[in-house]
Amino acid sequence: MSFSTVMTGNEAAATAARLARVQVVAAYPITPQSPVVETISKWVETGELPAEFVAVESEHSALSVCIGASTVGARAFTATSANGLAYMNEQVWWAAGARLPIVMCIANRAMAAPWNVLNDQQDSMSVRDAGWVQLYCRDNQEILDTTAQAFAIAERINVPVMVCYDGFLLSHTVMPVDVPSAEQVDAFLPPRPRGLQVVDPADPRNVGPVVLAAPRADAQGEMRGGYLEIRAAHQRALLSAIDVVAEVDAEWEAAAGRSWGGLVWGHLLEDADVALVAAGSLATQLTVVAERLRDQGIRAGVLGIRCYRPFPVAAVRHALAGAGLACVFDKAVSYGYEGPICSDLKAALAAAAQAPAVFGTVCGLGGRDVTVDELVDSVRASVVAHETGALERETEWLGVVR
Amino acid sequence: MTRIVDIPEAGFVLPGNRACAGCPLGIALRPITAALDGRMVLVNPASCLTVLGGMYPVSSVAVPWVNCAFPSTAATASGIAAGLRATGRADEMTVVAMAGDGGTADIGIQALSGAAERDEDLIYVCYDNEAYMNTGTQRSGSTPHGAKTTTTWKGKAENPKDVLAIIEAHNVGYVASTSAVFPDDLYDKMCTARDRRGLRYVQMNLPCPSGWGFDPKDSVRYGRMAVDAGIVVLYEVVDGEFRLTGRSAALAKSRRPATVAEYVAGQARFRGIGEADVAALQAWADERWERLVARAGL
Repeated sequence: MSFSTVMTGNEAAATAARLARVQVVAAYPITPQSPVVETISKWVETGELPAEFVAVESEHSALSVCIGASTVGARAFTATSANGLAYMNEQVWWAAGARLPIVMCIANRAMAAPWNVLNDQQDSMSVRDAGWVQLYCRDNQEILDTTAQAFAIAERINVPVMVCYDGFLLSHTVMPVDVPSAEQVDAFLPPRPRGLQVVDPADPRNVGPVVLAAPRADAQGEMRGGYLEIRAAHQRALLSAIDVVAEVDAEWEAAAGRSWGGLVWGHLLEDADVALVAAGSLATQLTVVAERLRDQGIRAGVLGIRCYRPFPVAAVRHALAGAGLACVFDKAVSYGYEGPICSDLKAALAAAAQAPAVFGTVCGLGGRDVTVDELVDSVRASVVAHETGALERETEWLGVVR
Repeated sequence: MTRIVDIPEAGFVLPGNRACAGCPLGIALRPITAALDGRMVLVNPASCLTVLGGMYPVSSVAVPWVNCAFPSTAATASGIAAGLRATGRADEMTVVAMAGDGGTADIGIQALSGAAERDEDLIYVCYDNEAYMNTGTQRSGSTPHGAKTTTTWKGKAENPKDVLAIIEAHNVGYVASTSAVFPDDLYDKMCTARDRRGLRYVQMNLPCPSGWGFDPKDSVRYGRMAVDAGIVVLYEVVDGEFRLTGRSAALAKSRRPATVAEYVAGQARFRGIGEADVAALQAWADERWERLVARAGL
């Protein structure tokens, strides 16, 4: 049976990797991720986790080790943050293009320069296009549950999964967490399917060679896809996660007794005129904001984005159909434009029959405190602007001292 | 020493590949795959070897081959080794990473240093054609002094870095210097490497007709002349024990039959090289040759 304890978000991530019986873990230290791999390193040394632990010399090599291990069929895991993720960027693309079911936790942290070790979501948002599934967690229980789910999702569709959670706010904050038993997780997550053994001297293959743009005949004369076909297949697989993420969440509920809404989650959203939209722990904070606004006579609700890639277009359209205004709070920016969730939400709603106006706000960069009071004031100002006829407004940078 | 006629004709290198005319990679892959009897996985970054392998969905070599990102060769190979151990398949094959000199001495050296320090269980073969040949002959950390490349139009000012010494300084159990045009020497070294564990580093000189600028029929000739002039020295270091091998061992007892001036004479990359630069290259080769001969106790 499961047991209840308290742990940090990093410990929750490490615990899930152990419960998933990862076989190869590669590690390179970076704040605020480091405790994840420190914890796993200890378990491997004590024999509590029978796995290969490879203490590499860089993040680029950390993901490279996972790529190599996953290519030969091992269940591989690593974790990083910010500049570490940027340093491994080439391999982020490689892992996805090679269709390897690697799971990587991201303790979200601000990108340098200037140096800052605190939380925002610029790091993972900046690799949203690389072809991974991206899931954002709102608390430590969700980190544990989602990390375990990530292996099931990844191995079902052969696409790597990034489990993102806010650095320090979750990574270093102790919360009550229910830890499922090994039996519960084993029943949910069988060993990695053997599938096609791509590295086998008895059946030699050249894995990941140069591919031309157009289809080409193999030695038997059968046509095989070119680069475009291979990328299209990758996109189909990633889009299939729209169903698989929800499916796996439901299976997890059956095994462990909890689910997290699949792609998105709502709070007081059914009758909301104003929807507050965010990913991660900020969305949890917005539930308090929505309740405060309701006390003040504004019917607010929260739409939490759990699955950011693939972007859950139908789910957000459905969830926001009744709202007049959506206030999006991004902890990241596409510099020169606006917050990434804001852009994606606008695009998703553009052709919807009933859709709210979307106002974007950038906040919390570099771990800047975002208070409930500030958020309430921001939403109230947006509501006033919207009521006076505004259908859009420039992105607001919350709390910037000019 | 294995005689060249006794190297097994294993047949893992298929007839026909996409390498340039005269490229000795095709010569080298035969003894390498024969020494491993095909029970290997080749880990290969973007390089001339990628070209030789061919384009999807056909391949010119019948051993498992995993392509990897340019800087990642030793790390990807480490991951494959770890994955094979974790899945109980480590005994099925030897991990053989194989990268060019740019992929080894320059962009790949960090991952290689990490793998060497961790003493990963793999063979790393650097095939050294002394520049970035696959991208059009740009200088690398392994390009010799005086050689013209597309980024050193007047000839490279610096001497190459000694990657063999760098890897040996990581205290790995096996380091070997060989040449693609001495298949017997290469075969023996791959067999020695095969029977050991931990990180084994093999650096293999690879004359390049297009990059060095000579007739494709002369690859073996220039490869041999590099050894005869002492520019390439065949040796191995087994658990710290140094010895010259093959032709270099024989030359240590006589005199080197070629000079640097003779070696550079027929190569377009050295065309117009000044006497002072030839002398500098000769001095670099002499110093190393004497140091290595002395180290061999000869």
